[in-house]
Amino acid sequence: MRSDTIIIGGGLSSLVCGIKLQKAGQRCLIVSAGQNALHFSSGAFGLLGKLPDGTAVKEPMRSLSFLPEEHPYSKIGVDKMAGYVSETPAFFESCGVRLHSAPIAGEGGFPANGYRLTPLGSLKPAWLAMEDVTLLQSKDNIPWSKALIVNFFGFLDFNSGFIAEGLSRRGVDCRVETVSIGDVENLRKNPTEMRSVGIARVMGKENNWKEFGSKVRKLSAGEDLVILPEVFGLGDPVIIQWLREMIPAEVMFVGTMPPSVPGIRTQMRLKKAFEVAGGTFLSGDTAVNPTVEDGYVTSIHTTNLGSISLDADNYVLASGHLFGKGLESTPSKVVEPVFGLDTDFPSDRKTWCDEDFFARQAYDGYGVVCDGSFRPFIGGKSVRNLFVIGSEVGGCDSLYEGSGAGVAIMTAMSVAGNILSGK
Amino acid sequence: MQEKNLSFNNFEQCIKCTICTAYCPVVAVNPLYPGPKQAGPDGERLRLKNKFFFDENLKYCMNCKRCEVACPSGVKIADLIHSARRRFSRNIPDLRDRLLANTDLLGKVARPVAPVVNSIVSSKPVKAVMDVMMDIDKARAFPKYQRKGFVRWFKKEAADNQEAYSKKVVFFHGCSTEFQHPEVGKAFVRVMNAIGFGVKLVDEECCGVAMISNGLWNQARRHAEHNTRVFREVVTGEGLPVVAVSSTCAFTMRDEYPDVLDVDNSDVRDSITLAEKFIFEKVDSGEVRLAFKDDYRARIAYHCPCHNEKLGWGIFTKALVGMIPGVSLTILDSHCCGMAGTYGFKKENYKYSQEIGRPLFEQIRSLSPDFVCCECETCKWQIEMSTGYMVLNPIVILAEALDLEATAVANSVR
Repeated sequence: MRSDTIIIGGGLSSLVCGIKLQKAGQRCLIVSAGQNALHFSSGAFGLLGKLPDGTAVKEPMRSLSFLPEEHPYSKIGVDKMAGYVSETPAFFESCGVRLHSAPIAGEGGFPANGYRLTPLGSLKPAWLAMEDVTLLQSKDNIPWSKALIVNFFGFLDFNSGFIAEGLSRRGVDCRVETVSIGDVENLRKNPTEMRSVGIARVMGKENNWKEFGSKVRKLSAGEDLVILPEVFGLGDPVIIQWLREMIPAEVMFVGTMPPSVPGIRTQMRLKKAFEVAGGTFLSGDTAVNPTVEDGYVTSIHTTNLGSISLDADNYVLASGHLFGKGLESTPSKVVEPVFGLDTDFPSDRKTWCDEDFFARQAYDGYGVVCDGSFRPFIGGKSVRNLFVIGSEVGGCDSLYEGSGAGVAIMTAMSVAGNILSGK
Repeated sequence: MQEKNLSFNNFEQCIKCTICTAYCPVVAVNPLYPGPKQAGPDGERLRLKNKFFFDENLKYCMNCKRCEVACPSGVKIADLIHSARRRFSRNIPDLRDRLLANTDLLGKVARPVAPVVNSIVSSKPVKAVMDVMMDIDKARAFPKYQRKGFVRWFKKEAADNQEAYSKKVVFFHGCSTEFQHPEVGKAFVRVMNAIGFGVKLVDEECCGVAMISNGLWNQARRHAEHNTRVFREVVTGEGLPVVAVSSTCAFTMRDEYPDVLDVDNSDVRDSITLAEKFIFEKVDSGEVRLAFKDDYRARIAYHCPCHNEKLGWGIFTKALVGMIPGVSLTILDSHCCGMAGTYGFKKENYKYSQEIGRPLFEQIRSLSPDFVCCECETCKWQIEMSTGYMVLNPIVILAEALDLEATAVANSVR
């Protein structure tokens, strides 16, 4: 079965790459083994929040020159990065995903980092945010003095107390309230399953979000800021807008425990955009048994399709990091399980992780070794028609840097560009 | 690999992300259902300690397998749920569940008096009585039984010709082809013959999927053992593939036999396939050529049944139907129709069944296709009843769209 490009993995980088290629006239096939990291999204994308040495970044585009040469952004280069960064909001808009950046741009019109409120009441840098998330201009100054945090009665995945504690430390006077809505109460028949998506489904009904909105409006008299969980607009984010209009104070939506409602919405819309453009998406299937001859991948197989050989001119690996099983660790090695690509990790196992769970973990920075065009190696030999994108790419610790989505989107756009230009 | 650390159903791979629950069609509409995470891996941990923790509400699971398709950790969630039902449920299936589960027996009884049965079960008073006495929802339309079954037609009209073909396939026709939709089987034989394959029937029994759903475990196991034994003779003995036209039959016989019923089918599993996959592979490899009619025109919407989503084989139907010149094909959003075999017949599920399928019905109505294409007969019943649009098995569409004579010539058949 023939495609122009086969992409392994079904998350953010895979879909961005697939949509770009498909819209440029290629026939793409995505093989996705289960759902992906977008389901854990905060509702915002980071480009670069911190340099590897820990220096905070205010304007990512101005900080690129401080990155080491093995960093994926350095491989792409400043000029192309500028193009992709500028292109990103319109690209997502064309897929039905509206993203916004911080209120004030940085030098050269490139985005400056904005700051999103986290479920712990702290502020973290972000590049672009989904409609749910409000980006603040500064991480030191919260422009509100009184906040009301509203949760659904019995919803355990949104810890209003943590938010209140974090904000109080920043001098914001916080009040916590809970609201009961009949249909949401119904979900409590199974308290373990009263989760973000379940509430979001219930809140998709007009009578429910209106009842919720009017209850919050009554509670919010005299408040500057109202903080709500990200459980609205699973199907259509317009509900978020309507709630903002209904409630007189500033309304902020803050992330819940997974699954992420804005993340799932984004994933569904990107997948739809890929399929509408004519792409084929194999859900719940695993890539296995590739054939690599003379430095070229000639075919792969999947668990579901059995003996059918899937052939393409180019192959893209976007199967995720250790958490997504794109990489696996054994007692002595970090391996890439589909092709057995060369990975970058120190041989001394003791240095892989810090026993302090909250400390920076070295293993987060391990990945597949790539050349300047994101082509990997097997046993030191380059594979010419295979490209690696997303969190699997070595050379950066995107969790520490706050660059996960940025690396996913930038490497996807770069590889799509290289494939299309035949480089 | 640390295989020794894994249980047979790998529940310990669950990282509690709840993504399965986000994609469960039942949990979205029925608050009595504990949801796949709780019913599957979470509950399994407790059930291993004490069967007291088994929850009879696991029966609300439709076994659509969408949780497994979504799971990032590869946990066999629905298998966990149904093997737990098999091991721990104390529920004794009542008459209704036994009747619904025995699709083949019901068919055999109804067939001789098909017109009578069809008119009786579609009459309002009878429906009202069934609703009250048997908890079969009165709003449900029953599929019509055919007086003349597929096998009888095959023996009379087609069997003699099949010896002429050097290449052969075993056809697993399933209950719905035999009792309600013999036209699907006839279409299969016509298409197979045109592409140069003779059709052979074996002593098949119902695949047993409805017995699994309704908790008739021993009977389901007997069917699984019987079919696997019969397939073994033709697969390992004669090297023939077993081809089905219903994605649910194919899925059940490949995956539910070992994973839920604990019947080892490892030597025949890979030879059990679906008509569309079989034909596509032959066309893709160049072994078979298809010649279509010039004047076939249709606007078709394709609904991929849940079990075919799980198999991952919807692409073959999409590719084959997409090859027909004059067809405009729209792929419907991946969404359960809510029928899930016998689930939607039951009074306690009927409302949820309609609610689950609503987005799909709305999309079909808004597209207003000439007809819907789908490999599953119970999806067909649900969609036809709920939207009024006709649903055709892809093999029926192919038989209609192919110029069978030209195809036979192109494949050097006689």
